[in-house]
Amino acid sequence: MKARVLIRPKQGILDPQGEAVQRALPALGFSGVANVHVGRLVELDVEDAQQLQPMCDKLLANPLVEDYEVQLLDGGADAK
Amino acid sequence: MKFGVLQFPGSCDEVDALAAARLVGEAELIWHGERDLQGADAIIVPGGFSYGDYLRAGAIARFAPAMESVIDFAREGGPVLGICNGFQVLCEARLLPGALLVNANRRFTFRQLQLEVVNADTTFTRACTEGERLSIPAKHAWGRYYADERTLAAMRDKGQVVLRYAPGQSFNGSLHDIAGVCNEAGNVFGLMPHPEHAVDELTGESLDGLKIFESMRLAVDGAPA
Repeated sequence: MKARVLIRPKQGILDPQGEAVQRALPALGFSGVANVHVGRLVELDVEDAQQLQPMCDKLLANPLVEDYEVQLLDGGADAK
Repeated sequence: MKFGVLQFPGSCDEVDALAAARLVGEAELIWHGERDLQGADAIIVPGGFSYGDYLRAGAIARFAPAMESVIDFAREGGPVLGICNGFQVLCEARLLPGALLVNANRRFTFRQLQLEVVNADTTFTRACTEGERLSIPAKHAWGRYYADERTLAAMRDKGQVVLRYAPGQSFNGSLHDIAGVCNEAGNVFGLMPHPEHAVDELTGESLDGLKIFESMRLAVDGAPA
């Protein structure tokens, strides 16, 4: 089963990457952009979707500073 | 006393840590794939870019066989020092509270810094005095210390904030200018600056880093008679 894990900096924690991108966009002529955040995407094939959450808690994300969202791609229900 | 210095693929400061530890005692390298800590009295998790810093700095090193042994060693009260990437590894292993995030200035920065000793009553700072300034270099891209406010308040109450960047010295955006913290039991300590690079007049601007290693020796061997 194909899965996708979206990992984002937790709200309220300074996100210098997001800020840098947000500042760069107006310089290229794109106006009206706010709340830019840069996270991480992990794509993987798994046999057992139940393992995704423990995988995220243990390795893929750091729950102290990151939120994650698991998406199952080939028709499976959302695991989170 | 004997120090064991871990070595991961991507470590780069393990030899400096080994040399610094040998100024106060014996020291041996421990390859990340080994479980045997070779009878070490204290462990140093060194700086560098273990496993290429893939995913998050320290995230993968934390599961190395040697780290599993270090986690057991720490839980039994053994002293463990994490420097820079080693600090990140100890946070990822949950041996220390909080996490290290990308610097607020987004840059890899290398600078000789003034640190303030907040707590001199620890295994790692007993050769210092409270409020003393240490001149020690820092060099990192992921050194912004973060813990939630409740954790930070509890840490302050328990003396777990051990080192702070002196006013105006921090470049990484760490909360409360925190440079080094210990666990509640006081036997695990991590800091972003590199004391092992401040132990020799030939290669460092100061010898202040030696105080960290000397503190550990005092804690293990006891004060000289």
